[in-house]
Amino acid sequence: MAKHRVLIVEDSPTMRQLLVFALRRLKDVEIVEAQDGMDGLRRVSNDHFDIALIDINMPVMDGLKLIRLMRGEDNLKGIPIVVITTEGASEDRERAIALGANEYLTKPIQANRVLEVVKSLLKVA
Amino acid sequence: MSRDDQNLFSRAEEFLALFKRGADFSRELLKENERLRETLMQFQDQQETAAQSPVDWEKLRVQLLERIQSLEHECNSVRERLDQVELENSQFAQRYVEIEEENNNLANLYVASYQLHSTLDPDEVLKIIMEIVINLVGAEVFAIYLLNEETAELTAVASEGRDVTHFPSVKLGSGVLGAAVATNEATCWDTTRSDDLTQPIVCVPLMVQGRTIGAIAVFALLAQKEGFSPLDHELFNMLGGHAATALFAARLYSQSERKLNTIQGFIDLLTN
Repeated sequence: MAKHRVLIVEDSPTMRQLLVFALRRLKDVEIVEAQDGMDGLRRVSNDHFDIALIDINMPVMDGLKLIRLMRGEDNLKGIPIVVITTEGASEDRERAIALGANEYLTKPIQANRVLEVVKSLLKVA
Repeated sequence: MSRDDQNLFSRAEEFLALFKRGADFSRELLKENERLRETLMQFQDQQETAAQSPVDWEKLRVQLLERIQSLEHECNSVRERLDQVELENSQFAQRYVEIEEENNNLANLYVASYQLHSTLDPDEVLKIIMEIVINLVGAEVFAIYLLNEETAELTAVASEGRDVTHFPSVKLGSGVLGAAVATNEATCWDTTRSDDLTQPIVCVPLMVQGRTIGAIAVFALLAQKEGFSPLDHELFNMLGGHAATALFAARLYSQSERKLNTIQGFIDLLTN
């Protein structure tokens, strides 16, 4: 069975490790980590990913800019994007969704909720 | 052929047709007779096996009633077993949810402690403590205080949500934070925000072997966080011990590194 490739773009190593822990429960998944928006853009441009989990507040390039750039590229615009952020205001959510994010999750995260959203976007049981 | 002969021939044909119909009818009658005989034999067989007297009928009735009772009993027992299995199933489902939650909580605690002990750089440890409090607890405004043992004063060394200079220093034993640290007891109030930087909603003393080295004070939770969960209390307990140990070890290491460099400098000076 082909592996689902997941990209985590998050500057906090703690959050990255926690997300990796949660996502490892999925079958046939390969997880790649990026530590900021620029690193994320480089990885997503050079390789195929089935889904991207992106934080908003990051150094070098923030998550919203990364989403905008991804949605502007023909070969990247189809990748489902889940935003995971501390920003819980409705305007932040609306802005991210307007830019092309598929889902918006706020911290502190619930591993089950993250799994549920990722499974739904990957269309896996 | 004369007319009489023709007439006779025609009547003979009519008679033959009539005779043929009669033969077919006889064959059908014989078949029907055979079918009825078989049916009669079946009835006779049934009659022989069935009750032949009121006593037999009564016996049969009792046997049937017993069979019905036995089936009803079996049915009730199966129903009871089904209810029991459904209950067990629901208990297992509930237990699964609890274990899942426990698993997630343990993952959070594991990640937090793993990260805390992943470095010996004091600044890096402070950064990791902040990451844990932001991402795992969901705090919006908080500060990490370190205790100056000579002045017995807690001073904020790192913060989130407000500039670190905005957090006033606290004397050990005075105010909410000072009292919590002096008694070495983590305190948590049932509220999500305090705009007064002398009135934290959570105080977590940082202790190493009974010795306080500082504290974490939370003043506001993220807007989407409605209150504290059992995991938050576990995280506060973990931070109280592990964050303190990580900070203490990193500071000791940093001091020893500095001392080592100084000694090495002297040695270099003396040998060159």
